Amino acid sequence: MAAVTRGSFSALRVLLTQQYRRRSFGPQNLRLSRTEPVPSRWAASLQTSCSRTLHTAMARHRPVVQFKLSDIGEGIMEVTVKEWYVKEGDRVSQFDSICEVQSDKASVTITSRYDGVIRRLYYDADATALVGKPLVDIETESASELSQEDVVETPAMAHEEHTHQEIKGHKTQATPAVRRLAMENNIKLSEVVGTGKDGRILKEDILNFLAKQTGAILPPAPLFQEIQTPGPAPVAAPPLSAPAGVRPPPATPRPVFTGKDVTEPLKGFHKAMVKTMTAALKIPHFGYCDEVDLSRLVLLRSELKPVAERRGVKLSYLPFFIKAASLSLLHFPILNSTLDEGCQNITFKASHNIGVAMDTSQGLLVPSVKSVQLLSVFQVAQELTRLQALGAAGQLGTAELSGGTFTLSNIGSIGGTYAKPVILPPEVAIGALGKIQVLPRFDPDGQVKAAHIMKVSWSADHRLIDGATMCRFSNLWREYLENPASMVLDLK
Amino acid sequence: MLSHLRGTFCVLSAGVQRAWSSSSCLFMDPSSPGLVLQSQSTDVFQNLALEDWIDAHVDLQQRSILLLWRNRPAVVIGRHQNPWAECSLPAMRSAQVPVARRRSGGGTVYHDLGNLNLTFFASKKAYDRRRNLKVVTDALRRVRPQLDVQATDRLDILLNGQYKISGTASRLSRKSSYHHCTLLHSADRSAIATLLRPSCPGIRSNATPSVPSPVANLTDHAPSLQWEELLEAVVQQYSSEFGLTSASRCVDPADEVLFPGIGSMEAELCSWEWTFGKTPKFRVETQLELRDEQPVARCSAELQLEVKNGLVETCRVEVPAAWLPERLSASLAQALLGERFCPHRAAAALSTLLRCESGPLHGRLRNLCDVLVAAMG
Repeated sequence: MAAVTRGSFSALRVLLTQQYRRRSFGPQNLRLSRTEPVPSRWAASLQTSCSRTLHTAMARHRPVVQFKLSDIGEGIMEVTVKEWYVKEGDRVSQFDSICEVQSDKASVTITSRYDGVIRRLYYDADATALVGKPLVDIETESASELSQEDVVETPAMAHEEHTHQEIKGHKTQATPAVRRLAMENNIKLSEVVGTGKDGRILKEDILNFLAKQTGAILPPAPLFQEIQTPGPAPVAAPPLSAPAGVRPPPATPRPVFTGKDVTEPLKGFHKAMVKTMTAALKIPHFGYCDEVDLSRLVLLRSELKPVAERRGVKLSYLPFFIKAASLSLLHFPILNSTLDEGCQNITFKASHNIGVAMDTSQGLLVPSVKSVQLLSVFQVAQELTRLQALGAAGQLGTAELSGGTFTLSNIGSIGGTYAKPVILPPEVAIGALGKIQVLPRFDPDGQVKAAHIMKVSWSADHRLIDGATMCRFSNLWREYLENPASMVLDLK
Repeated sequence: MLSHLRGTFCVLSAGVQRAWSSSSCLFMDPSSPGLVLQSQSTDVFQNLALEDWIDAHVDLQQRSILLLWRNRPAVVIGRHQNPWAECSLPAMRSAQVPVARRRSGGGTVYHDLGNLNLTFFASKKAYDRRRNLKVVTDALRRVRPQLDVQATDRLDILLNGQYKISGTASRLSRKSSYHHCTLLHSADRSAIATLLRPSCPGIRSNATPSVPSPVANLTDHAPSLQWEELLEAVVQQYSSEFGLTSASRCVDPADEVLFPGIGSMEAELCSWEWTFGKTPKFRVETQLELRDEQPVARCSAELQLEVKNGLVETCRVEVPAAWLPERLSASLAQALLGERFCPHRAAAALSTLLRCESGPLHGRLRNLCDVLVAAMG
């Protein structure tokens, strides 16, 4: 079998080389030179010219085709070019989209008829293009691609496997770049399942085929922009297909692996965060941490949860934390203040606008619940629900996002115990709440019992606030939460 | 035999029902060169994804397809249009009406359950929009001969020579084509006035503009025309015009087995990058009114924005230096660069920036932020 193919291959090879010699296409000759001795006519030119002039000499021989805008029916003579998908210098394959044009409420996608490199765009976006006139210039790679019909491409190189397939009459659709990739990896195109349009074999199909053979995901081989020697064939040949212990890797979206660092400028929200956080860390922070026993609060919440649900609100622990903070701020107003720019004056804010840090798709946003000192726990829960819905939908506005005077960050909802939160200017204090964990603690009788423990970490501006103040505030807040019934005493 | 429709939009009668387990049974059946499909879904994204799926996967050289569908309230803009210029996004947010960008060209339409959408799929060679519209006008004339319906040169259908009851758009790909049109049976016209107006003032763009026309519902002039009657008339007319003996079938666009890959098509159509990111480049040039509360004072400022791919590419805010120092207004303008042209994104960036700027001018800065956000729709 092999002998027969090899024999026919060499016969074809002779035919092809004659054909190529006649048409004088440089790149093909260079490629052929790797598999067989270079025809003498070209050997002379290779030796006498340096590589750059050789390349330009060959480039002159690559045909540049004017791709005309074909008739789109209904007697339409002109269209508007709406969007280009390519630019000059881009490489395109047959059937790739080149541009969108619009005429008379019809939107048409123009696809390329050739493989090659875009050399010229005849129109800008929003310009009027004429049917039958050139749309783009494409520099194609070989004469075989100049055919006007949408036929199956003949491979640019005559390789054993591909020739064999043609002889058998089995035509597989794939671009020369894909065929090259298959050849370098010793893959028969007939064995690959094509997932492109009309069953075309795409680069991804070759890579998936390879991955199945080796049981690993290989980085995609670079598409050659210029003639290069092919890399060594990977160890794929006799399949190490799915040996017992190796499971196929989970299907994650394939990242574009270029192996290079990617630099992007910081814009918009992230740039603003840089400025804010830089200003924040100019504040001299000190931290104070404690733990709170929420066992009684857990019981209370489970009792009140159905009541709140009947009123249409989901009750979590956060409304209690917020209300307890506000009740404590009444005794320690310095924690609800702000220092002016020159550090000359301190302003005690009347309203307790308690911010709640939210992790949204955009990043960290801190909407605030306004005037908590006037709200009941239920009202705080209602407002929180509204803010959380807006946050999830990405619809928080300036009214919600500004005007905060004190912040709580419920990082425990994601995880963690102690934290070191950063104060958000122009505020002077912030608290980070950890996860509620069930831990063993001693009760007053000296017995070990299970307690619901949450850790809290406060940070405060040491220019205004001292450790003792923070400690007393935290103790008061903790007492409200450890004995929720005491909140009733201070209701207004 | 055509199936009779009752009650809910689509019920299969026993005689016509077939169990098909894959799309190949449905689409490769050689016995029917034509096919009439009715979508069970009223979700605009699912239905648009179904159109895309049929266009991409069905071999239309051998057969033509008519797809009938309708949507819950939604605004659908053309492929190259500007959603901010075509519809009021704040009004739509409060009415919970989504905006969708279709792949065909043309103008903006408001869809609701009183609007019938018809999509005629054919090969590129068989693409003939006038013939398709003839199906619709002939069907209407057959069920209500007294109705004066005519297709115009612009491929609209006018009732009594003045009211538009149908608009057309189409899409041509490499080998296939589809032509879809609306048909106003009993839509809510008051919603059209509220929703189809610009989101923010001062938009200058080369995007395809919509040509507003006075519209009417079929039921305004033929109150006895039932939805099911209209559907059946259209299906019968399609079959006789194209010489097909097709029966109409119900399909569920959410069925991944029948339409493999439709889920990802739907996801793409819902995405921000498609709906807003595909907007052709445009500018916003408008005046901003700034005011102080105590003491009451006023000032005018100018805003100039360029938006490309839905992102703010350049932004200039010119505020008189006496009102706010240039450094401050410039830093606000800078904060918007690279963000989506969206009032919420702007609010997040500007609120974060505001934290750094406290001082006597904080109130004016805050006011400038609010006004900037309001100018973005």
